[in-house]
Amino acid sequence: MAEIIVVTSGKGGVGKTTTSAAIGSGLALRGHKTVIIDFDVGLRNLDLIMGCERRVVYDFVNVLNKEANLNQALIKDKRNDKLFILPASQTRDKDALTQDGVQSILNELAESFEYIICDSPAGIEKGAQMALYYADQAIVVTNPEVSSVRDSDRILGILQSKSLRAETGAEPVKEHLLLTRYNPERVEEGEMLSVKDVEDILAIPLLGVIPESEAVLKASNQGEPVIFDESADAGNAYSDAVGRLLGESVAFRFIEPAKKGFLKRLLGAK
Amino acid sequence: MSIFDYFKSKKTSSASLAKERLQVIVAHERGQRTQPDYLPRMQQEIIEVIKKYIAIDNDQVKITMDNNESCSILELNVTFSEKD
Repeated sequence: MAEIIVVTSGKGGVGKTTTSAAIGSGLALRGHKTVIIDFDVGLRNLDLIMGCERRVVYDFVNVLNKEANLNQALIKDKRNDKLFILPASQTRDKDALTQDGVQSILNELAESFEYIICDSPAGIEKGAQMALYYADQAIVVTNPEVSSVRDSDRILGILQSKSLRAETGAEPVKEHLLLTRYNPERVEEGEMLSVKDVEDILAIPLLGVIPESEAVLKASNQGEPVIFDESADAGNAYSDAVGRLLGESVAFRFIEPAKKGFLKRLLGAK
Repeated sequence: MSIFDYFKSKKTSSASLAKERLQVIVAHERGQRTQPDYLPRMQQEIIEVIKKYIAIDNDQVKITMDNNESCSILELNVTFSEKD
């Protein structure tokens, strides 16, 4: 039975697609057959982050409309043979996704995959609700910033009332907090919400803390998920998060400021 | 923190201000989340009825619904201004 994990946030630009790509790749790197689905109909971007934008022939909506079968639409990753992506359609038709259609695709994928990662669009409209509806687990991507935290709380409310699990009274969707673009130096200066602040407010278990990192932009420039970059702090932080997702207990890194020398501290150099 | 910071006046950090504001708004919005959809409409109708008899503004009436395990309590609070 496949595990369906939605990557969601409410707010846009916090790192949902970066996270979907990294976590999905991380699961595949550990030997789990994984598919990442782009639910952002009309604003497809997962293909760019994964570096397979020129290999897209058929998409999610083509499969829904039976214009192609799943195997034709799935793109196998060139770096890892256990990793697949299902691209979103670029159609402007907002009603292209239907609940029944999404369910039948997920059912078919569940037969051959261990993990199904649903990359949600921003907002709380139909697309976002569709992405989270069938989820078993949710990774709530949050920046340490007021509007992102508030929107994450709204999405948690929707997970708790409008998911299939909530509607049928099944065991609730398992929620995880993933804090991204974290800057320990600014936290220490009292200029940024700390991990604990955000945990206090949202009150869900912490899956990972991804430091603000130049490696993330570099990775998206190259179309290679940041988790493949073993020298990058953000890549290592994602790797730790994947471990925790699989039930390992991994110590948190990158949440303390880098140690500065005595003279630098004295002069306040950053 | 550098040696120069010791000469600056201490201000409340902006992060703690952010946390305070978030705690208030998130608690407020969670309260609304559990309330039935018809509540705002019902509140408006109740206000219309009261207005027939007393001059009040919309913000002088507060309606909340609390769900306990055994029962739900509908609470209606009308604040009159001092002149009345």
